[in-house]
Amino acid sequence: MYALYRKELADHVDSVRFLIILIIAFLLAGVSLYSALGGIATAGQGDASQGIAPTPFTFLQLFVQSNGTIPSLASFIALVGPIIGLLLGFDAINSEKNAGTLNRLLAQPIYRDAVINGKFLAGLTVVVIIVAGMVLIVSGVGLFRTGIPPTGEEVMRLLVFAVFSIVYIAFWLGLSILLSVVTRSAATSALLVVAVWLLFAFFISLISSGIAGALYSPDTVTGLEGAATFQQSFDRISPTILYSESVGTILDPTVRTLGITSVAQYDQLSAGVAGVLPMSQSLLLVWPHLVGMIALMLGAFAISYIVFMKQEIRGA
Amino acid sequence: MGGKKDREILIRTDGLTKVYGNTIVAVSKLNLEVRKGEIFGLLGPNGAGKTTTIRMLLGMTEPTAGKAFIGEYDCTRNPIDVKRMTGYLPDNVGFYGDMSGKENLRFTGRLNNIPEKELGEKIDSLLERVGIPDAGDQKVRTYSLGMKQRLGIADVLIKDPHIIILDEPTVGIDPEGVRQLIEIILKLSHEDGRTLLISSHQLYQMQQICDRVGIFFQGKLVACGSIEELASESGVEQGRTDILDEIYHRYFERREQ
Repeated sequence: MYALYRKELADHVDSVRFLIILIIAFLLAGVSLYSALGGIATAGQGDASQGIAPTPFTFLQLFVQSNGTIPSLASFIALVGPIIGLLLGFDAINSEKNAGTLNRLLAQPIYRDAVINGKFLAGLTVVVIIVAGMVLIVSGVGLFRTGIPPTGEEVMRLLVFAVFSIVYIAFWLGLSILLSVVTRSAATSALLVVAVWLLFAFFISLISSGIAGALYSPDTVTGLEGAATFQQSFDRISPTILYSESVGTILDPTVRTLGITSVAQYDQLSAGVAGVLPMSQSLLLVWPHLVGMIALMLGAFAISYIVFMKQEIRGA
Repeated sequence: MGGKKDREILIRTDGLTKVYGNTIVAVSKLNLEVRKGEIFGLLGPNGAGKTTTIRMLLGMTEPTAGKAFIGEYDCTRNPIDVKRMTGYLPDNVGFYGDMSGKENLRFTGRLNNIPEKELGEKIDSLLERVGIPDAGDQKVRTYSLGMKQRLGIADVLIKDPHIIILDEPTVGIDPEGVRQLIEIILKLSHEDGRTLLISSHQLYQMQQICDRVGIFFQGKLVACGSIEELASESGVEQGRTDILDEIYHRYFERREQ
């Protein structure tokens, strides 16, 4: 399998596509950093008039803070991560089928699953490189520009953020490979991934609020609460929502709950214990999210694995 | 050629059957034996089950019933061992267009666990052998069909197989290219002593190279033997230049009735 992995990785690195991904990644890192620095400049001083204290986790702000117009790196990855996964996987199997190379490949003394494992692992390696690159660029330049070194806890939180990002993009990679196994042409699989992306990133909240509006009456408090709870649970089908919620929590220690809270409850929460959540508690909060995302990623890959193993591969 | 009859059987199928869906019978109860060193021709119209048979021999398609063996290995149970000793050139063989001919061969060599330091030399000698010694560094995208087919033969030979299976090797190739290809194929048998299974419907070419042929029709093997045997069986006079064509035609007519 190593020979396959090596070839796939070399293919990725040599391709124009990889160059495009790199450019996208660097642009996102640069632009979001610019945005974050602008945001930190104002937010870092706190807002005395509203009683908001300056946040102690300035370094993490580099990844979540924005100047109001340009999104932060975390939101950028939530949005563009799927496209990176798509570019790495949408033609993994079907283009080899169409070119007649898969037929020749499977005539070699290798197990069939080595083909799909090699492709997934090579794609995953590229994802790791890209995510690590983006985090390092933002950290490095940010450190240089702000002059504030990260604390140990901040470094740990950034690592967790990187893991979440990798798993998130790997899910889209798995989905792209799955569709490349199921569909005949690369164009079809690419379009389908884009459709799923649009659904999960943009339309899911419209759908959930539509259903919630039909199910619950907005006239009562319980109705409102029910609608909000339903909407949140429904939205969490989407890996994009899961990712956004979890990195929001990991990178912002002031986030104390992900559930629906009333204003009274919220006041209680903030008044009860002042300050921020320790890292273990933040992790506990998003643990189900991570498990869910890993399950989605493995699910996408497992289905493509099974379909591919049972598929009859014929000449072009 | 008589000596080949006593040699060990390298390819054997035993009631091999493939049914697609529940109704489409691609191959029906095929019993076939190919001996070591033979060139065996699989003849038959399109869709007669030749490619399906080949794919079952390589363990790439699971038979509905029956068994296939290559050497001592069960093709369905030990596909890896089978593929280690068998080279397969599919019809419409594809290469990675962005890689050079040499890179493509190197990749196949690696998949076959050929030591890296032997590979370079081996690739050069194979390219020489198939007659494209200077094209090795070009991207395969720029290759003509004939060159691709030659690269395909080199690709098959890199694992030094005992058995070589060629699926429609001469389709779409110009006459001179076909002549050279046939020369290469004959050498693989006569000089190297390899066993070849070739599927084709180019009857005149097959007549020139095959020791024995099998004629497929609708998934069934309707005739099998040397050209002389089949000629006397079907009443075609020996020594005709289009003898295989005539034999094929007679069996075909017999089936249609």
